[in-house]
Order: sequence, then structure tokens, then C-alpha cells
Amino acid sequence: MIEWVNAIVQGILLGGLYALFAAGLSLIFGVMRLVNIAHGDLIILAAYLGLSTTTILGIHPFVALLIVMPAMAGIGYILQRGLLNHTLGGDILPPLLVTFGLSVIVQNALLEGYTADPQKLNAGAVETASIAVGELSLGVLPLLTFGMAVAVIAGLQWIFYSTALGRGFRAVSNNQDIAQLMGLNKAHVFGLAMALALAVTAIAGILLGVRTSFDPAIGGGRLIFGFEAVIIGGLGNSWGTLAGGVILGVAQTIGAKIDPGWQVLAGHIAFLVVLAVRPNGLFPRVEH
Amino acid sequence: MTIAALALIVLAAAPWWAGRADLRLSLACLWNLMAGYAGLVSVGQQAFVGFGGYMLFALTIFGGLHPIAAILLAGVLAAALSVPIAALIFRLKGAYFAIGTWVVAEVFRLTFAQISSLGGGSGSSLPVGIVRSLADSRSGREALSYWLALGAAVTVITCVYLFLRSRRGLALTAIRDSEVAASGLGIDIWRTRLEVYVVTSAFTAVIGGLLFLQKLRISPDAAFSVNDWTAFVIFIVVIGGIGTLEGPIIGTILFFLLRETLADFGTIYLMVLGAVAIVVMLKAPKGVWGLVRDRFDLELFPLGYRVRTDKKGD
Repeated sequence: MIEWVNAIVQGILLGGLYALFAAGLSLIFGVMRLVNIAHGDLIILAAYLGLSTTTILGIHPFVALLIVMPAMAGIGYILQRGLLNHTLGGDILPPLLVTFGLSVIVQNALLEGYTADPQKLNAGAVETASIAVGELSLGVLPLLTFGMAVAVIAGLQWIFYSTALGRGFRAVSNNQDIAQLMGLNKAHVFGLAMALALAVTAIAGILLGVRTSFDPAIGGGRLIFGFEAVIIGGLGNSWGTLAGGVILGVAQTIGAKIDPGWQVLAGHIAFLVVLAVRPNGLFPRVEH
Repeated sequence: MTIAALALIVLAAAPWWAGRADLRLSLACLWNLMAGYAGLVSVGQQAFVGFGGYMLFALTIFGGLHPIAAILLAGVLAAALSVPIAALIFRLKGAYFAIGTWVVAEVFRLTFAQISSLGGGSGSSLPVGIVRSLADSRSGREALSYWLALGAAVTVITCVYLFLRSRRGLALTAIRDSEVAASGLGIDIWRTRLEVYVVTSAFTAVIGGLLFLQKLRISPDAAFSVNDWTAFVIFIVVIGGIGTLEGPIIGTILFFLLRETLADFGTIYLMVLGAVAIVVMLKAPKGVWGLVRDRFDLELFPLGYRVRTDKKGD
């Protein structure tokens, strides 16, 4: 019995990581209706940037965030203004195919630069530390990840609803042309949104790299987890995304408990079941 | 005449694209029908490629079928399977549909990796007896697989062409040009898309079966590889010209020409192809064929309808 409770608790904490994968994805979809297929590969890129930073400077992965976050934000801004802004418009094909092409390019560039060998970020004692709660033993790292997910989503909500930047995001999201008429430069606002999204991606990438080993090929899988969390939770609902991540995480750990080979499959099945029963997700945003 | 010209190009190009009996042309035509005409941008067609491959192995090894019969049956099974899948993933729109198809492909991959009688995660080889049942000699098998690939490509192109010429094809072209207008004219968009999805899935599974009949070995990672069966295919279509029947053909020829020069680079080749596809998508969304067509007013396959003006000075 306690094993099952443990599996569920671990799944909830794992859901924090998936919510982090999803947060950047849903942010850019919310602002510019762009679905970035390269999102997963950008998470892996962040993990590799973390790897390079920690090995070159000899610093802790969490300290490396101070470098990787601005670096990813910069990449995001340049990517958006230099490439992705040119794909936005009425047609769905260009953004889809350009980000797909980008995904393949990032993945293979990482393969060229870092080889296919699995890598891992070394965070020292925090990786194995745990807190005993009753009969359960909770890892400090998963707890930290989950806390980070809550903090990131709360932070994004705050930016969205309480700052001038967020007002810009909401304005271009509602009506790009009128926002432009009101003096917002939508190309710049989109650039900032992507920068923010990739800064979140940096956090997700580093936490992923500390938690498990990674290689250039796993980006697609991370995109799918983030995407499933978004759809399960309901499009446009940030806290729903966290719930979606948690449901996905719990489905995976329960699947793994039944048979280790079933971990990822169980998550996909949970997603397909939600899609069949509640196509708009469990917590769809209520239109005001 | 245009058909004859095409046949000439096909045969002339045969040593390149069919020399190693490559089936990517067929995959490209099928993906183009889905994405370019029906607006169903899938990045998960490897689901059906791999399914076709695995069905070839399963039906020949456990069902005792002849490989060709097994491949055809795989197509029928894929069609049946694609209906419930479509019912689910058609709920997702646009780019979310794309990722949904990818999830389905992952479900397929993980499921087949669980089937230990087919080798589980490490895969299995086609038994010698089954391979021999095709042709006794190695050269005989190679010739056969060349003609099967060629036959498949011709069949796919002909079917897609006839489909687009038909009443349904007209509906599909209308959907491509304007969903709202098409639906206003009484076209059942959901149903038309479903038909395209089912037919494409069936053909893709057949091509998948042929692919793994050439390879003689299958594993989940190879069978459901997004790079091999989807990325290359998408780049071929985008570079050649999406939403035209000629595009995938031109794209495949360019693909093999490029490969001749860049083959040694492996991953770099895929990156170059991806970069070229991005540039084409941004600068010339109708692809190479679109440029040629606009410049010379050519059409290899008479699919368009135009108002005839016999007056001089036009």
C-alpha cells in the first residue's frame, strides 16, 4: 500500500518537471498562437549549455542558471525576431514546418557538438538528499523541482496580469493590429515573450539534466510531455497545466510500478483518454 | 503529352531514386496529399511506416502469409486502425494535431517494443525461409524490390492524381484554398479529411512493409524513426513544393542529387536539408516547383482548371 502512495507522490513531484516543460510552450501559444515544435530540443539545448557552463567554470548547475537563463533568453529573442516572426500569419504551415525544421537542426547540431553519449549534470549532495515524511521518503530535488514549477507559474501569472510587459502580451494576444496601433511593437513583444519562454526552458533543462541523463535525441519526447500536460490541463489555463503535468506524472509512475516498460506508455494513454473524454482538457479556461 | 514527359523523367531518374529502391518518393506524395491538400499536417506518419513493417514481420512469421500478401493486408489493417485514431486526434487543431500524431507514433513504438515475440526493444530479423520465398538469389530479390518500389511509386502517384481529379479531389482542393468557403459550399470537411487520413495511412503502411522487406530487419527505433520517415519526407515536400503533385517528385530528385554530394556528412546532411526547407518555406512557400511553374507556366499533371481565352494579345 505504502508503495502505491509513494508512486503517486513521486508522480505528483515529477509532474512539476512536466509543468515546467509545458509553461514555456503555453506562454508562447498564449501570446502569439505559435506552437513551437522545437521546444523540446531547446530544453535539451539548455541542458547542454548547463553542462558546458558547469564543466568550464566548475560551478554548481543551479549557479549555472545565472548564465544559462540569460543565454537562452537571448537565443529566444534573436530566434523570434530573426526567424519565427516571419512565419506568423494566417497560414498554419510556415510556423509548423519552420519550427519542425529548427527542431531537426538543433537536435543534429547537438549530436555533432556533444556526440550521442548520455550526459548528466552533477549537482552533488542535493541529488540524493531526502526528507522523511512518515513512512515516505521525499527527494529534495523533486521537491525543489515542484516548488520551482509552482514559483515559475505564479511568476508568469504575475508578469501576465500585473506588469506593463504582461499588458503588452495580453494586448497582442487579443488583437495584434490594434495593439500595434496603440504603440506596441508586436515584433518586439513577441521577441520578449519567446525570451521569457526560453528562460523558463533554461530552468526546465537544468532540472532535467540534474534529475536524469540526457542525450540529443530526447528532445521530441520532452516536447510531447509538455504538450500532453497542456492539453490535459486545458489550453490557456496555467494552473491547469500544472495539474496536467501532475496527472501525466502520476500516470507514468503508476505505469512504471506495474511494469517498468510501461512508464511512458501509461502517460500517453492517460493523455489519449483525457482527449477522448474531455477534448478541451480537464480545466478549460472559462471565457469571460 | 505531359504524362509522357513525366514518364520519361521518372524513367530517366530511376537509377537515382530507385537505384537503391528508395521508397521516399511514395511517402512524400502521401504526406503531401495530407498536409498540402487536406491541411492535416502530421509529424507522426512513422506510426504507419513502422506498423506496416511490423505487420509484415508478424503476418509472415506467425501467420505464414506470403510477404506480398502480408504487406497488402498490413495496408487494410492500417486503414481499419486509422479510423479510431482519427476520431481521437481530429479533435486537435493545426499544430496540436501535428503533435498529437507524434504521440500516436510514440504509442505505437512503445507498444511494439513491449511485444517480446517480435524481439521487444531490440527487434528481430526476417527468417531466411520467408526471404527465400520471394526469390532464391540475392540479385533476384534486389530486382524484385526495385520493381516493387517503382510499382508502389507509380501506383501512389496515379492514385493521388486520379483522386485529385475526382469530385472528392475537387472538394479537397477547395478545402486547401479556403476552409470556410468550402464548408459554405456544402463540403463535409471532417469526412473528406477522414477519407484522406485513412487512405494515406493504408498506403503508408504498405510502403512501410516494402521498406522493411528491403531491410529484412526491424526494431522499434528504426521502424518508428521520426527523422527517417517524417523529417526527410517533410523536407522533400517543402523544398519541392507543398500542395502540388509535382513538388514531391522534384523534391525527391533534389534530395538524391544533394545526397550524392553530402552523403558523407550524415547528420550535417539532415541539418542542411532542414535549413534549406526553412529558407524555402519563408522565401518561396510554393517550393522549387512553384518557382518553375510561375516562371514557365508549366503543369506536368493537368490538375488546375483555367478559363480559356482565345483572344490574341493575352
